[in-house]
Amino acid sequence: MLDIKNVEKTFNPGTINEKKALNGINLHLDEGDFVTVIGGNGAGKSTMLNMVAGVYPVDCGSIVIDGVDVTKLPEYKRAKYLGRVFQDPMTGTAADMQIEENLALAARRGNRRTLRTGITAKERKEYKELLKILDLGLEERLTAKVGLLSGGQRQALTLLMATLKKPKVLLLDEHTAALDPKTAKKVLDITEEIVEKNNLITIMITHNMADAIRVGNRLIMMHEGRIVVDIKGEEKKKLTIEQLLSMFEASSGSQFTSDKVMLSK
Amino acid sequence: MEILGQLINALPGSVAQGLIWGIMAIGVYVTYRILDVADLTVDGSFATGGAVAVILILNGCNLWLAMLIAFIAGVLTGAITGLLHTLMGIPPILAGILTQLSLYSINLKLMGKANQSVNVNQTDLLVSLRWVKEFAFHNPLITVGIVLIVLIALLYWFFGTEMGCAIRATGTNLNMSRAQGINTNFNKVLGIMLSNGLVAFSGAFLAQYQGFADVKMGQGAIVIGLAAVIIGEAVFGKIFKNFALRLLSVALGSVIYYIVIQAVITLGFDANLLKLLSAAIVAIFLAIPYWKREYNAKHIRKPKGGKVNA
Repeated sequence: MLDIKNVEKTFNPGTINEKKALNGINLHLDEGDFVTVIGGNGAGKSTMLNMVAGVYPVDCGSIVIDGVDVTKLPEYKRAKYLGRVFQDPMTGTAADMQIEENLALAARRGNRRTLRTGITAKERKEYKELLKILDLGLEERLTAKVGLLSGGQRQALTLLMATLKKPKVLLLDEHTAALDPKTAKKVLDITEEIVEKNNLITIMITHNMADAIRVGNRLIMMHEGRIVVDIKGEEKKKLTIEQLLSMFEASSGSQFTSDKVMLSK
Repeated sequence: MEILGQLINALPGSVAQGLIWGIMAIGVYVTYRILDVADLTVDGSFATGGAVAVILILNGCNLWLAMLIAFIAGVLTGAITGLLHTLMGIPPILAGILTQLSLYSINLKLMGKANQSVNVNQTDLLVSLRWVKEFAFHNPLITVGIVLIVLIALLYWFFGTEMGCAIRATGTNLNMSRAQGINTNFNKVLGIMLSNGLVAFSGAFLAQYQGFADVKMGQGAIVIGLAAVIIGEAVFGKIFKNFALRLLSVALGSVIYYIVIQAVITLGFDANLLKLLSAAIVAIFLAIPYWKREYNAKHIRKPKGGKVNA
């Protein structure tokens, strides 16, 4: 269970650059909930994700994961509960380290790092099997440096790392946006597969409206730091992009202002 | 011919010095390459290692115990720099400079004067330049060589453990590390501590080798360390891919550095200008990757053959 209550965040308060990024966010998700998030530029989507991940502290409100109040925990401690994939494929992996070393780091998320070996022979075999599922040929390159992989391969690997140790919540911040359409589809397919298999709570930000409607069991739209549209279950399945756009206009009183979204209709 | 004879005569001494400084250079490698931090504490912690070892040895301490305590003293100096950086938000270079400066006073207080000698005729030592041409087990080339190999083996093991991998991840990608539950601040401090422990250990060897500790013995150490790292990578980078071999190449880089310096002096170069020369060489080597990028950005290759469309 993930409970976000009355979370507010203002960047650079009291300066000319003051920006109210989150304006009272409330969101409750239960086991197996997969919510897609859409909204224009600067709507607060990434900020919301970063608040859950603890990248910066909240101004007020609380974040509770499975009954544990994590509001004041630093980012690295919250990592125990979270799997994260970032928009930039460079962010999620350590380029100078091998594929298997990256996986081994992820497998120890939330554990104390001791003087035991960083990767065991047994793990190597497991990783080989897991990488086969990705079908990207990575299972033959376990000891290759991650920096040598393509963006799509790195993103798929990050996804695997995020879920290697089952997280309570999976946070996906436009994780297919930097990829070409074919690779993006593949990574999204893998995402759905992994989420379904592990019954994870998932929040996925996307700029692709069709994906937002097709994937997951809930859709929220954000505008100026608020959740302005929230659609679940059967209603979501019947949703069309046109309906979504008119809902946005009705709730925000303005045109949808993201070129990226328009183009990806 | 005479010059060649002089060079060969001086070779064992240069190699011994190179090996001792090689341990220090491996310390620099830990911060500069693995942790991606340029740590200037080393200029101070190197002398701290020398001072601590000499004082302990003069007071009758067991030699290897003195080396261990010198290592620990270095670890503590690294902790100061690390905490200045992580707890007080001071940029790492400045944090290192602050520690280095304060260590000058501490080293003076430790020794009670600027220079403390330790005579190999009166005191047992692990290494001394007097033995550098002796065909015996206590020849510094053998002693330091063995210690170097043991240290490389230990570091190879350590950086393969969960803890060591966390330090490497911290140096490579902070965002990823935190997302994987790694306390990046803790690991930065840990890495800087380990690095300065090695540096002080090397200083403890050098003080015995040259027969004295001096508050200024670490002056410019960071430049020698960087030179060794860069030379090692330039010479052995293509053939040494394994981590242990990379550490070895850093130590060998230091040996090459000292042989070249010795050669330059033998050829009649003004010894007073040596530090200028070292700094210039390091500056140029540090600039090469940047210049390469700049050059490639300005000289866009013409496509080979065929007509250009449109």
